[in-house]
Amino acid sequence: MADSTATIDTAKLPDKEQTLARPPLVLNERTMGWISSYISSIVEAKTPTWWYVAMGFTVPLMLMCFLMLAYLISTGVGVWGNNHPVGWAWDITNFVFWIGIGHAGTLISAILFLTRQKWRTSINRAAEAMTLFAVVCAGIYPALHVGRVWMVWFLAPVPNSNAIWPNFRSPLLWDVFAVSTYFTVSVLFWYTGLIPDLATLRDRCTSKIKKFFYGVFALGWRGGNRQWRHYEMAYLLLAGLSTPLVLSVHSVVSFDFATSVVPGWHTTIFPPYFVAGAIFGGFAMVLTLMIPAASIWPSLKDLITPSHVDKMCKIILLTGSIVGYAYLMELFIAWYGGNPYEQAAFWNRAFGPSGWNYWVMMTCNVVAPQFFWFKWCRHNWWVVWILVQFPNVGMWFERFVIIATTLERDFLPSAWQQFHPSIVDILTFIGTFGLFMTLFLLFIRFLPMICMFEVKAVLPEADPHYGEKH
Amino acid sequence: MEIAGDNKSAVYAVAAEFDSARDLYQAAEKVRDAGFKRWDVYSPFPIHGMDDAMGMKRSFLGRLVFLGGLTGFITAVSLQFIPSSILYPLVVAGKPIDIMTVPAFFPIMFELTILLSAFTAVFGMLILNGLPRWNHPLFNWGRFKKVTEDKFYVAIESRDPQFSERATREFLETLGGKNLALIHED
Repeated sequence: MADSTATIDTAKLPDKEQTLARPPLVLNERTMGWISSYISSIVEAKTPTWWYVAMGFTVPLMLMCFLMLAYLISTGVGVWGNNHPVGWAWDITNFVFWIGIGHAGTLISAILFLTRQKWRTSINRAAEAMTLFAVVCAGIYPALHVGRVWMVWFLAPVPNSNAIWPNFRSPLLWDVFAVSTYFTVSVLFWYTGLIPDLATLRDRCTSKIKKFFYGVFALGWRGGNRQWRHYEMAYLLLAGLSTPLVLSVHSVVSFDFATSVVPGWHTTIFPPYFVAGAIFGGFAMVLTLMIPAASIWPSLKDLITPSHVDKMCKIILLTGSIVGYAYLMELFIAWYGGNPYEQAAFWNRAFGPSGWNYWVMMTCNVVAPQFFWFKWCRHNWWVVWILVQFPNVGMWFERFVIIATTLERDFLPSAWQQFHPSIVDILTFIGTFGLFMTLFLLFIRFLPMICMFEVKAVLPEADPHYGEKH
Repeated sequence: MEIAGDNKSAVYAVAAEFDSARDLYQAAEKVRDAGFKRWDVYSPFPIHGMDDAMGMKRSFLGRLVFLGGLTGFITAVSLQFIPSSILYPLVVAGKPIDIMTVPAFFPIMFELTILLSAFTAVFGMLILNGLPRWNHPLFNWGRFKKVTEDKFYVAIESRDPQFSERATREFLETLGGKNLALIHED
């Protein structure tokens, strides 16, 4: 059968077509068996020392976060720097920051699935895990910023002895529904994708305890086509449902601001601008995590190839440019709209007492991603990793600029005051990184970080007509 | 032929192993044409076009999900309008609750529609697939462990009207199946 392979020998093609031929999704002609063994071996092998070292850093940070939250609950929200007129500060900044990071995972798993972007298969699992952990970090803030956290159930529309009901027309309540739906659907999507891979781990493992746990969570999956056909339909439907969902979540988050009457918040550009920003920041976080992973396990570079990183950099460039356009359009409309309060708000953002935040945001989000126009920058992973730290930082500053610096100059000049974070604010935020990284480290230790069955399905030999002459 | 499971129990199926997706696909077409009804092919990943090769229709999960989504939508409509218009009419910023303010109720309708659709998609898929379950006769066969790695299997079940231990085995052999096994129930 040597003469009848369906793969194209690119070397024999004329020059013009050689550049057009798509690079293979899996390099070095890896086989299905290799994919299973290699990805599973990461989970099955003895825990590496660096993992304990990394956990040694992240777990204390996570505990610090919990300690700060306990202090907050036991003492009151006064331990944060929030004060009049800045009623929303680091809490909501951090909430929007974390929830935005989650969006890249859903974009990769849902939107790239619907658009048949097969390269997503080797990054979707880790990106979806990142989504879940980011939403966990995000969820802390809206739950706790209400002050008396034991009253948070008032947000739920349940009959209660006071006979009161929430205001369903409030964007804050929309947010409760949007974020909880987003988290639930992301968990379902992620777990559905894991079932066949958990079955792989179940069939490979030797210890009884592991077999029990992987067996229980694999739900008795057998891989029959009578199962696959419902499974694929469920996956397609989940992708179709998640696509409008992910776009709606950050739109609803932006409604928290856009439906208010605060100058600088009350704009119609917010939903698309927030969604683009979320994808921008999320892809930066995906690359922040995936590039080190591919360095720790070098053979992963056959699955997470330069072409994957290249494509993600291009998405960052695109969404970063959309964000830059939105910044400029906001300024233009503030000037062109002729509303003096709107103009004052934007003047204050850029040149007010907290103006440096604005310029950090501009540099990180608008200037830094422009380096990805150059192929050299997209293909040098050190450069990529350093460049994506700018969006990570810049997107936090964007939310801070929108939220805190806008509120610092309220309608009543006598109330004007600059925001200063308290030590509890700072330690809680650093602690959420500990929580996020701890969850991610646990994920790469106990679950396959690459979706094995999907990667097998994009190999050339997975085609039922592989090797047939047409 | 290998015998898997407890040979005092009833026979579950005759199964054969194949090396590639292409071999499995061609075998499936022949099993379909031979008129078998109770059988399945097993693979490490979903194979494109296998539903046709097995003569199966499209999954009807989509219709269930539509019903799930409809339930979510109706839940959201009643959850919002019953309290807002009857139990606890809340006037915020002087805005009435009438047909003009209905758009303000859209986000929650949308979210609950998605939520219940997603639940239906996942749990409907599991129910249609008969999952979760603790065990299955196929797991009595040691070689079947490779189904989640890189091997492909066909199993023709004993409840198929055309099933016969000897003839079915010979049929699977003519399809190029290897490592045939007679699988018993537990």
